[in-house]
Amino acid sequence: MVWLLVAFPALGAALLLTWGKESDRFGHLIATAASAASFVWGVVLFVRLLGRDHDDRTVTDTLFTWISTGDFHVEMSFVYDPLAALFVLLITGVGTLIHVYSIGYMEHDERRRRFFAFLNLFVAAMLVLVLAGDYLVLFLGWEGVGLASYLLIGFWQHKPTAAAAAKKAFVVNRVGDIGMALAIMLMFKEFGTTEIAAVGDSVAGTAASTITALGLLLLLGACGKSAQVPLQSWLLDAMEGPTPVSALIHAATMVTAGVYLVVRSNAIFDASETARTAVVVVGLVTLIAGAIIGCAKDDIKKALAGSTMSQIGYMMLAAGLGPAGYAFAIFHLVTHGFFKANMFLGAGSVMHAMDDDVNMRHYGALRTALPVTFATFGLGYLAIIGFPGFSGFFSKDKIIEAALAHNVWIGLATVLGAGITAFYMTRLMAMTFAGQKRWKDEVHPHESPRVMTVPLMVLAAASVLGGILLLGDWITDWLEPVVGHTEHEHVVILGAEWPPIAVSALVTVVVAVGVALAWFTYGRREVAGETPEKVSFLTRFARNDLYGDTVNEWVAVRPTMTLARGIARFDQHGFHRAITGAVGLIGEGASSMRAWQNGFVRSYALGVFVGALALTLALLVVIWR
Amino acid sequence: MITLLAAVPVVGALLVTLLPRGTRSQQLLARHVALGVSLVALAVALVAAARFDVGSGGYQMVEEHSWIEPLGAFYSVGLNGIGLTLVLLTVVLTPVVILAAYRDELPGNRSANSYVAWMLVLEGLAILVFTATDAFLFYVAFEATLVPIYFLIGSYGGPGRQKAAVTFLLYNLLGGLLMLAAIVGLYVVSSDAGEASYRLADLASIPMDETTERLLFLGFMAAFAVKAPLWPFHTWLPEAAASATPATSVLMVSVIDKVGTFGMIRWGLELFPGAADWASPTIMALAVVSIVYGALAAIGSTDIRRLVAYTSVSHFGFIILGIFAFTQTSTTGSVLYMFNHGLSTAALFLVTGIMISRRGSAEISAFGGVQKIAPVMSGVLLVAGLSSLSLPGLAPFVSEFLVLAGTFTVNVPLAVVATLGIVLAAVYVLVLYQRTMTGPLTDQAKVVTDLTAREVAALSPLVVVIVGLGLFPQPLLDLVNPAVAVVLGGLP
Repeated sequence: MVWLLVAFPALGAALLLTWGKESDRFGHLIATAASAASFVWGVVLFVRLLGRDHDDRTVTDTLFTWISTGDFHVEMSFVYDPLAALFVLLITGVGTLIHVYSIGYMEHDERRRRFFAFLNLFVAAMLVLVLAGDYLVLFLGWEGVGLASYLLIGFWQHKPTAAAAAKKAFVVNRVGDIGMALAIMLMFKEFGTTEIAAVGDSVAGTAASTITALGLLLLLGACGKSAQVPLQSWLLDAMEGPTPVSALIHAATMVTAGVYLVVRSNAIFDASETARTAVVVVGLVTLIAGAIIGCAKDDIKKALAGSTMSQIGYMMLAAGLGPAGYAFAIFHLVTHGFFKANMFLGAGSVMHAMDDDVNMRHYGALRTALPVTFATFGLGYLAIIGFPGFSGFFSKDKIIEAALAHNVWIGLATVLGAGITAFYMTRLMAMTFAGQKRWKDEVHPHESPRVMTVPLMVLAAASVLGGILLLGDWITDWLEPVVGHTEHEHVVILGAEWPPIAVSALVTVVVAVGVALAWFTYGRREVAGETPEKVSFLTRFARNDLYGDTVNEWVAVRPTMTLARGIARFDQHGFHRAITGAVGLIGEGASSMRAWQNGFVRSYALGVFVGALALTLALLVVIWR
Repeated sequence: MITLLAAVPVVGALLVTLLPRGTRSQQLLARHVALGVSLVALAVALVAAARFDVGSGGYQMVEEHSWIEPLGAFYSVGLNGIGLTLVLLTVVLTPVVILAAYRDELPGNRSANSYVAWMLVLEGLAILVFTATDAFLFYVAFEATLVPIYFLIGSYGGPGRQKAAVTFLLYNLLGGLLMLAAIVGLYVVSSDAGEASYRLADLASIPMDETTERLLFLGFMAAFAVKAPLWPFHTWLPEAAASATPATSVLMVSVIDKVGTFGMIRWGLELFPGAADWASPTIMALAVVSIVYGALAAIGSTDIRRLVAYTSVSHFGFIILGIFAFTQTSTTGSVLYMFNHGLSTAALFLVTGIMISRRGSAEISAFGGVQKIAPVMSGVLLVAGLSSLSLPGLAPFVSEFLVLAGTFTVNVPLAVVATLGIVLAAVYVLVLYQRTMTGPLTDQAKVVTDLTAREVAALSPLVVVIVGLGLFPQPLLDLVNPAVAVVLGGLP
């Protein structure tokens, strides 16, 4: 009965998309109920799975044969195992909270029903993605979430920027999809199957180069969906979507699908060191790039988006470490889902109070006007910077520890990343909630309604407490049947072995430095009300998203568009003219006859001529024989 | 059964032409009758499908009568899974098209009677083409389809229709003449081998020397490559589509152009397996060029109708690629692709046709922000577009992926280049949607009104089937599989 998880939100979406205007009044309730039902069912299934033996925690639910022709055979099957179970809870849990929040946030939007239909569509597709038992079914969910993301980024279609951002997100993701599609084709060619478990079993005994190719192709797909370098550019633009969308899709769930893909394909990555290294490099580069971008943005959502890139970089890097990191990647993915959804919704609450202004330079001193949002946001803040005891402290620490054990330099880069994270998050907190008020007099900040603040409180609690998943190494034990397990490796720096507590201390010190730097720059000093123009090259570099768009523009967009326009023009005027030239002659001859013959007669004559010609030729042959 | 199926629309066409013409209400009656006739044809086809033995790959419901004895030509028809799939496409699309075209404004007060009658004639001829198992009968029906399309474009199209119709005719006649030469050649070969016969079964068993086989194959392929259309024989299609009514474009691109790819399988592969094998690398390469070239030309188009026509050039590239990869997966995928492309392109041509007729211009730049005033229209355009870009969950994804996966097993480089098409498809679809539907509503686009109930009724069957076949394609695959296995079994 795993399929029920998908059925609730899918049905909700179908209902809301086809029902008429009369459902405007209660459509949002149907959608929220559908998501909640899925969550409740997810909890039931989770408890049942807990009751099973450690090694017997995989439930397969085969619905029907999707595609079968020749050797190509794909079952529409769902596999519910410990990894999928965690995702189901995260997606439906956070998803339901965001549905509730959106009831308030989207209250005055005339297309609210449509918005909830798309949210339900997203939840259904995301569940298909994580429950899929076959890579092609996974791809179905993968593209489904891409569609939902497209529809929701561009939800306010009348804004040209939103429409452009939606298209960009879809197209960039499609570049990643080339990797996914080719990986699935390669599996079919090499293994004769695309079923995830069967592919995993086939890895042993396959040429190393094939496995590496598979790993790299899957990584390309993961880069698209998870906004990793070099396919990162869409995520910042995606902030054009309504803020609940940014929280659910572009922070907590969909963008982590790339990490899920790598972890789910652990058999492939375990077998190829090259592919793993590529994952680590991608994660590391994105981790730093995202953090730098986060430091320079004045738009609160874009600062958070940079942060999301960076945090997913952490997860990706952990996943690239192989069995030593898979579980920690998922652990950080879950805690990040809590605290980032919390902070995005908090940002939405702030925007709600500030008449949809997103510029932090127009904020300041909001801690008194928005006490609940300040408190919940603050807890999320402490979690993301890794304040000891908060969820992010444990999850990030584990990744840094594993990275240090893997390679000191990579590890130190992740420590540095933690420091930059502390810097940009403190900057964001200070500019928004601390200091003097910089908003205009006609703005009257007010706390959001209960329907919005309650989800914030729940997520804030989860951001604080998420660390308990690590208690007694529960999460590594839980995921072990899926991703395997390795003994803890030791961190050795400068020839000396560092105990975990020392690593934590090091990270905490670096984080403290980041906090202090930001506090002295933005908290203690007056923040300018407008974005300063005269800034260093580095700041400009960061503000322009490290010129990712410029590179895309010159490497891909312009050449393609120029070529496309050239071909279209050539095809119509050059290629075709050679033939139409001849046609033109006939056409002129024909039109001169128009004086004594109307168009019909001429047409018939031509038709008769054709028929006669064919028959004469055929008869000639017969006679000639 | 098959004769009845082909005869219903033709007789119906005669009936419609005999009906009084002139007043609006009389013309409306003609349209009602035509719609009724096409629904009867649909019903007959469904009965035939129900009687069809899905497990068998051979020809069923065979009818055979001697026809032109000196030539060895028979009136011989039969259905296999491939033919039935395309017959079903034809009978599903014809009523949709007739319904969608109820309000088409015809130039110069021309009567609607002949307009819909030509559509019915085309339907009957298409059924004959998809069921003919005699080469001569096939040829006659194949060439005969030119006449209705010529009139549908030349008499009822928009500005430039005369020139477009002549372009269409010249291209197709040129291809057709080469096929005629091959038909004549087949007679020579067949009578040399004993008794002259144009029956598929007889022809397939004649041993041919290599050169003859290749020449005859190329003769057939010339006609099919123009029809399909394969790059570089495609330039007639954008011209014709830009001047035809949407209904004509649908019948031309969704149904009749399939005769090209269908013919490649039935006549190219079944009659000349050795030559098909010999030519396959070249044809596959041209198919991949079609995919990329067509997609780029679509991206660069400023006219909506040309854009849609170029997307079809790209899609036909996929179909041809899959056929000539000669794997069960890819060739079955291609047959399914023919069906799915028929649906998605029909939806695309019809909804853009409605947009264009409301606005009075086919330029993309003439639109902007239309979703604000026509949300249903924009939704249908998006679904049609998403199916054109083969979004998983919609029907065309299954067929496109089967083509790619099958091709990948025999030719990795070509499959990789073809896969680039999925990004280009996203660009041409989403750019079209973005420029016409999103953004602030422009003054000039304010005249566009949303879909009427009749238009929704015409388009919704397409949407339902596109979604349904995306998740449940297996019934059609079961239909196609055995026939493809038979065809591929004959290859060297």
